[in-house]
Amino acid sequence: MKISLDGLHKAFESKVRLGVMSALAVNDRIDFSSLKELLEVTDGNLASHLKALEKVEFIGVEKSFIDRKPNTKYFMTVKGKKAFNDHLSALEKLIKSHK
Amino acid sequence: MKKEQDYIRDIAEIRSMMERSSKFLSLSGWAGIMAGIYALLGAYIAFTFLNFRPEELFYSTSGPSPFNLTKVILLAVTILIMALGTAVFLSYKRASKRNEKLWNPTAKQLLASMMVPLVVGGILILLMILKGLIGLVVPFSLLFYGLALFNASRYTYQEVKILGLTEIILGLISSWFVEYGLLFWALGFGVVHIIYGIHMNYKYKK
Repeated sequence: MKISLDGLHKAFESKVRLGVMSALAVNDRIDFSSLKELLEVTDGNLASHLKALEKVEFIGVEKSFIDRKPNTKYFMTVKGKKAFNDHLSALEKLIKSHK
Repeated sequence: MKKEQDYIRDIAEIRSMMERSSKFLSLSGWAGIMAGIYALLGAYIAFTFLNFRPEELFYSTSGPSPFNLTKVILLAVTILIMALGTAVFLSYKRASKRNEKLWNPTAKQLLASMMVPLVVGGILILLMILKGLIGLVVPFSLLFYGLALFNASRYTYQEVKILGLTEIILGLISSWFVEYGLLFWALGFGVVHIIYGIHMNYKYKK
């Protein structure tokens, strides 16, 4: 994934991915089902977006078992935090330049 | 190429997601107002009908007491349950109106952050009652309730922090003026809650 001309990261073009990053920016760890509830998306949809973010190493995964049921938690990596902040600055700049 | 509107919408969405995922915003101002009314009613009943006038720090639990301590404690517990029940019911209604679930991760974080001060305070107050130190019940309940709110304000409206600080200050003052315990109780749990509730209703009414 590349950064487009205006400084916006391609990874954040999707609403779901932007939502995931926003939620992870203010929470240490969030599990899959909570993310699903927050974003109101289907399992498959969310899983594919999470995989995409994992692939570019913007988020990390932590797998554990609660009552023998698998529980997957996600967190933001340092790289992801930087990319998200850069994206916010780029958005800010674009809005300012339009005015 | 995206338009300016899209960027503004993106930012609005980011902000809303950050807030929704980290703050519990289903608490209604009415919960505060109702809790305040229950507390004032309780203080009135305790004063008029149960003859509760804690004017000293120490009361012997075995000797004759000027008031029925068991009934006063029962009354206090009833008020607590009524206030909590109303808060949960109103939050539930508000959450379902906004298509959110009440028992979400932020609600859990909010409760968890209140738990430690509340449980410690509750045990301490119970020990004080057993030791006959009735005069300390009001100051300690205000203090620990205030600490719990102050702690929990991270996960909800910022006004809760001011509410918590107010209760802490009232708790400290009432530790000195033990003889005015019931008055401070009515002030801290009654009047302060009602003012807070009216302010929240006015500010966040939609």
